[in-house]
Amino acid sequence: MATQTPYEVLGVKPDSKTDEIRKAYRKLAKELHPDLNPGKPEAEARFKAVASAYDLLSDPDKRSRYDRGEIDESGAERPRYSYRPHAEGAQGRKYQPRGDIDIEDLDDILSMFGTRGGASGGTRRAGDGFAMPGGDRLFSLAVDFVEAATGARKRLMLAPDEPLDVTIPAGIAEGQVLRLKGKGSPGFGGGPPGDALIEIHIAPHPFFRREGDDIHVELPVSVAEAVLGARVAVPTVTGPVTMTIPKGSDAGTRLRLRGKGIQRAGHEGDQYVTLKIVIGDAGDPDLAKFLETWAATHQTDPRREMGQEGMGAP
Amino acid sequence: MIGLDELLRHFAELERAELVRWVENRWVLPDIAGDHFVFHEVDIARVELILQFRREFAVGDDAMEVVLGLLDQVYGLRRQLSRLCDAVATQPPKTQAAIRRALPRAGSGSS
Repeated sequence: MATQTPYEVLGVKPDSKTDEIRKAYRKLAKELHPDLNPGKPEAEARFKAVASAYDLLSDPDKRSRYDRGEIDESGAERPRYSYRPHAEGAQGRKYQPRGDIDIEDLDDILSMFGTRGGASGGTRRAGDGFAMPGGDRLFSLAVDFVEAATGARKRLMLAPDEPLDVTIPAGIAEGQVLRLKGKGSPGFGGGPPGDALIEIHIAPHPFFRREGDDIHVELPVSVAEAVLGARVAVPTVTGPVTMTIPKGSDAGTRLRLRGKGIQRAGHEGDQYVTLKIVIGDAGDPDLAKFLETWAATHQTDPRREMGQEGMGAP
Repeated sequence: MIGLDELLRHFAELERAELVRWVENRWVLPDIAGDHFVFHEVDIARVELILQFRREFAVGDDAMEVVLGLLDQVYGLRRQLSRLCDAVATQPPKTQAAIRRALPRAGSGSS
């Protein structure tokens, strides 16, 4: 569970005035006060949260420090990163201006300032070393569940007059980034263009669900289909297939359609179908009548395995 | 090393769209490991720095470009200077003294 902000704890808006916050606090404090709620630990826990949220928000200094992100909701200092040690460390190298970065020997260092005296003599011409690769451009592309599962070609508009066809590989995952070489911003001074980075977002599907390369689906079946067995059409990401429901299948039975999941080179996923028995028209008088007769002579207890514990006294 | 979502959790006041724009602007350069962005310590510290510039000094987009450009140059120079100092430090005392003498004193004008 995500941590609630002190504003959420008190149920007020982040721009609320001090007296609105005080009012909200008093109301909650009255409701939740431990002395008014004896033996209710959840009320006490909430009371504490409310009190500490009010403690923070009622102090204008603490409140503004919290709003600026300097302290967290418990009032503790948020650890701050200092940039300098990193910038001067090995990792900081990538942030150095390109073109200046490949300084290998004394000549290069001296020539940075146009100093004569390097062994090779002479200074660099102005403008040398200013070829810079273009920047990467980041895009976000929404694909639907089935397209992500089976792969697709999508057209993305990089600009109003700049369409780009993107091949979505089968089985792409949420948040995955595709890199298209050379489709970013143009380079400077003859430098190569950057890349287009495309972040993929997959829309959820009304009934398919993905786990790795496997597809899961819950399939409604009638009582008659479950008891008597049937051949039914089942949706898969590549279109409907016919599946046999074995005679006497119980609710929750999981059947596998081999190779009907996500197909990747070297590996194919399966589709798992979980049966969900639906009564449908529960008021059907014929069914009710039949079951009355049937139940009279068939005493079964489906909860037998649960034993007596926790079932309450008879 | 953390991913995009973890980074956003760390900086509660940072919007996803804003961070994405910083990456687009090449203000922050996460790695792409496999399919996801990976932010190293230096990138996290840089996000902190940019946030601070924004929040405390009200640096806008255009100015940020200039500020970061200059900042990167300064760190680049410091790095080169420290290499030069390392090289000087390995010289015999006589050479070091000669270099010291050859350095014009601050305020004495250029050579």
